[in-house]
This record gives sequence, C-alpha cells and structure tokens, in this order.
Amino acid sequence: MDASFLLTQFISGLTMATLLFLVASGLTLIFGVGNVFNFAHGSFYMLGAYFGYQFVSVWSTNFWIALLLSGICVGLFGMLAEFAFLRRIYGRANEGGFQILLTYAFILIIDDLVKLTWGAEYKSLPRPTGFGGAIQLGDIFIPTYNLLIIAIGVIVVVAAWWVLSQTRPGQVARAAAVDREIVSVLGVNVPMTMTLVFGIATALGGMAGALAAPLRTVTPGAGIEVIIDSLIVVVLGGMGNFWGAWFGALLIGEVNAFAVAVVPQWATLFSFLVMVVVLIFKPEGLFAARKVRKV
Amino acid sequence: MTNLATRNLKAASLWALIVLIFVLVPVLSTSSYQVNLACHVLIWSLFAVSFNMLWGVTGMLSLGQALYYGLGAYSVGLMVEHLGRQWYLPAMGLGVLAAAALALLLGLLVIRVGGVYFTMLTLAFAQLGWQITFKWYDFTGGDDGIQGIIPPGILESGTVYYFFVLAVVMLSIWVLKRMAFSPFGLVLRCVQQNPDRVRFLGRRVRRNQLRVYVISSFFSALAGSLMAGVDGSIHTDMLFWTTSGEVILMSVLGGINQFFGPFVGATVIILIEDLVGAHTEYWSLIIGIIIMVIVLVFPKGVVGEAMRAKSLLTKTGVGR
Repeated sequence: MDASFLLTQFISGLTMATLLFLVASGLTLIFGVGNVFNFAHGSFYMLGAYFGYQFVSVWSTNFWIALLLSGICVGLFGMLAEFAFLRRIYGRANEGGFQILLTYAFILIIDDLVKLTWGAEYKSLPRPTGFGGAIQLGDIFIPTYNLLIIAIGVIVVVAAWWVLSQTRPGQVARAAAVDREIVSVLGVNVPMTMTLVFGIATALGGMAGALAAPLRTVTPGAGIEVIIDSLIVVVLGGMGNFWGAWFGALLIGEVNAFAVAVVPQWATLFSFLVMVVVLIFKPEGLFAARKVRKV
Repeated sequence: MTNLATRNLKAASLWALIVLIFVLVPVLSTSSYQVNLACHVLIWSLFAVSFNMLWGVTGMLSLGQALYYGLGAYSVGLMVEHLGRQWYLPAMGLGVLAAAALALLLGLLVIRVGGVYFTMLTLAFAQLGWQITFKWYDFTGGDDGIQGIIPPGILESGTVYYFFVLAVVMLSIWVLKRMAFSPFGLVLRCVQQNPDRVRFLGRRVRRNQLRVYVISSFFSALAGSLMAGVDGSIHTDMLFWTTSGEVILMSVLGGINQFFGPFVGATVIILIEDLVGAHTEYWSLIIGIIIMVIVLVFPKGVVGEAMRAKSLLTKTGVGR
C-alpha cells in the first residue's frame, strides 16, 4: 500500500462522497424542514440522469447547460409531487407509513415512466469536452472529471450554506424546521416554503444524477441503490443535519473507495458496518440536531 | 352476557366462514393454478397480519420484514438443497427460530431509536441481508435463487401442501389474534398511543416493542418458509425492500386498524397483481397509481371504509 494507491482511492472516495452528499443533503433538508422522509429521492436522482442523457446524447445540448436544465426539470417534478400529492397527507395519524407508501408509489411510477420514455436498456453519457482525460501526478493518473465533480460539490456546499444561513428564504426554512406554527403565525407561507425546499432538494438530487451519469450507467432502478447509501449517510450524520450529511457522505465515500480496492465483492458491507458501530454508540447520529423542547 | 355470547358466536362463525371458503378452493377450482394462487393469498395474509402487529397495533413501521420472510424461505431452500428433502420440516423450525434470534439481536439495536429512524434502520438491515444473499453466490445461488424445493412425503402433492399451508396459516393467525386482544396486545396499543403513560403505569416500552418485533419476525419467517414449497423455488427478491413495501401496501389497503384488514388487503393485492401481471408489463405503474388512490382517497382501507359505511347505515342520525 503505497502513497499513490492511497491517493487514487482517496480521490475516488471524494468523488463518490460528493455525489452522495448532493443526494443526501436534499434528503436531510426535506426531513429537517417538513419532517418528510422522501423515499423516492433516489428516483429523482435517476430522473436527473435520464434528463442528462436526453439533453446531451439526444438533443446534443452543451453539458453545462444540460446539467443545469436537468436540475431544474427534476426540481419542477419534485415540486409538483409535493404540491399535488405529498401535501395532502401532512398531519395524518400514522403519517410516517403513508409518507413511505406515497413516495414508494412515486418510485414505482417514475420507474415505469422512465422505462416507457427511454426503454429498459442501459444508457450512457459521454464526459463533457475537456474533461475526458486525466492529469498525471507523479506516477498516478487522476481523471479530470472526478476533480470536476469534487469542485462542483464544493461550490454547491458553499452555495447551500450561504443560502441557508445568510439569505432570508434560508432562514425561514431553518425556522420552519424548528417550529412551523410560530413561523406561520409570523406570516410566512410555510406550505409554500416546504414546496420550495422540496424543489431545491430534488433539483440537487437530479443534478447529482446527471453528474454521475458519465461515471455510472444510466438504468431504471438505479434510484434504490442511491437511496440506501444516502440513508446510511443521513443516519450517520443525524437526520435533518446539513453538515452531518456532509461528514457522513465523506466517511461513507472514503470507506467505500478503500473497501472496493481491498475486498471488491463485499465492499458495500462496510458502509453498513460503519453505520452499525455508530448506532451502537450514538443512536441519534454523530451530529444529531439539537432537540428542541416544545412547550 | 348475551352480548358476549353473540359476539363469540359472530367471531366463531367468521372464522368458520373464512376456513370454509379456503377449504372449498381445491374442491371448486378448475386448475392447479388457482390452488397455487390461493396458497399465495394465505401466505401473504399471514405475512401481512404479522407485519401489522408491528405497525397497526404497536405503531412501529418496519420496512425490513422481508429480511425475516427471506430468512425463513432460504433456510428451507438451503437445507433442502444441501441436506435433502427430509430436512424440509426441521428447516422450517430452524428458520423461524433463527429469525426470532436475529430479530432479538437486531431489535436491541434498532429499537433504541424511534420513529422514522426505526423504519430506515430496518430497511437498511434488510437490504444488507439482501446484498449478502445476492452476492454470496457459492452458498445461496445469488441471482439464480434456488430451484426444485420439493416438500417431503405426502406434502409433495399440491393439494395436500395447500391444506398444510391452510392449517399453519389459520393457526398462526388465530394465535396472533389472541395475542392482539390479550393484555399484552393492550399494552402494545398503549405503546403506540402514549409511550410515556405506559412508563408511568410501570410497563416497559422497549421491552414490549422488542417482544412484538420478535413475534412478528417469527411469523414472517414462518410465512417465508411456507412459501418455499409453494412454487418450489425461491429468489433473492424475497429479501428485497419491495417485498417489505408490499406488506405495507396490503395492510393499508385492507385497513391497519382492523385485525383482519391486512388479510383482506393481501387477498385483494395478490388477485390484482395476478390480473395486472397477466395483461400488462407495466404493472408497477398500475400498482403505483393504486397505492396513490388508496393513500389519498381511502386511507382507512377496505375494511375500515366498510366499517364506517356500516356504522353510518346502522346509526342514522349520529353523524361523524
């Protein structure tokens, strides 16, 4: 195990962590603000990958514009799903189960709609021009596309932090997460905020899907793999905790990258192992959101 | 007193009616396919009813009961394949015991956290089980599953196996019903409604949650082990999360607040899937739309809505 091997795996882990974070941060945002567990979040990721394929490979749009458009389209889909369906079950008894069922229905419907539109066979996306190669660092080669993903991830993290902490809509969203009643009494349209957060979160997931498409193949059913990984990330970081999701994604990405290199067949088990260890010692996650006492 | 007597009589006649219907299936059926379908209905009913002990009764939404269902099926499949047919029945016993032991172990871990965490963790562990089964090709057969699981002796006949399934399922459901309406079942309902008060009353919340988790998993595994002999083949899909999703759907469709709701739901879903699967390849789209309609329009489920309609008809004037 020399340094170059470690560095290669580290970069590949960072790439995976970035993609995971883009998905998991959306999941955790939705949960934090609306107490909704969006089981279909992975399907929005998949939808993003297909939109990316459609824009780039079919309509030969510029990759960057395609990336943006994929995010926007998926976000609109997400807002529609929240506005037309999810919103109707808030506050119901046994809401958790109904949420899961409804988002489960989204998964089934999106899966089949994707199959109807694009067919069941695998699709692939070329890397954007200028990012097809690798840069040489000593005796190792790092694909420039991986570096690009990491860079975009950093930009998105900073942007999300800025929006959440510095802008008024972000502050409203965070306030709604703490106490939606008080926020609505202050004259904020909380349901609309929720729809918006859902839109942004699914847009992030969709962008992650389009970004990941050149690295992985685009297939129907890709959503569920992603949702399980994101779930582990979110559990590790603590539900509703943005920075927790970031740390969880980093941990899982790196653990996976090194496990793949050492024991390829059983690599996925290691993320579960990490999760089990964390659960035993800290069931609420490493960075559990501070519990707010309701009077 | 007479009230109680009539209620007992009503309950007994309901049981008799259900058993009679299922006994008549092999007699009246025109093909072995229909018996097979009835077998599926019975086994899924047991699975759904045992799942609903967790969710409908105790309020613990597990999205990972497929783990135990699959464990039951794979213990039968693997033992029959490696040790021979005579191990079929012992394998069923071992499978359910293994499931109970695993549920005890995992339960200690996942019950520490409540609410949506519980749901996600059960899902995560079930997916872990699925991945192990899927990737451990040398031992489990991976994606190929296991074929040619034939029950021993007289059970080899489809009709005899059907009656075996009928007996086991009815007995199990009867046990579960007794449990749901026992003092233990009452505590479970209280755990769902107000865990704090349960603690004030001197009952342990987590202990009871763990108990019902183990019991539910035990019967899920039993359902899985019965399923192994129905088609003679098992597949990793039995452990996949969609299997867990399906029992949730069955419970909601039937009505989670009624004991027999999941039974009705399972029957309807199996029949719908049979119908839809035979006519279209886009069954998941149709099932998805059905789920949406149930969740948005009929959240009380078939049995729940029927009860509501009945109470509206009998108590006219008492508006809701």
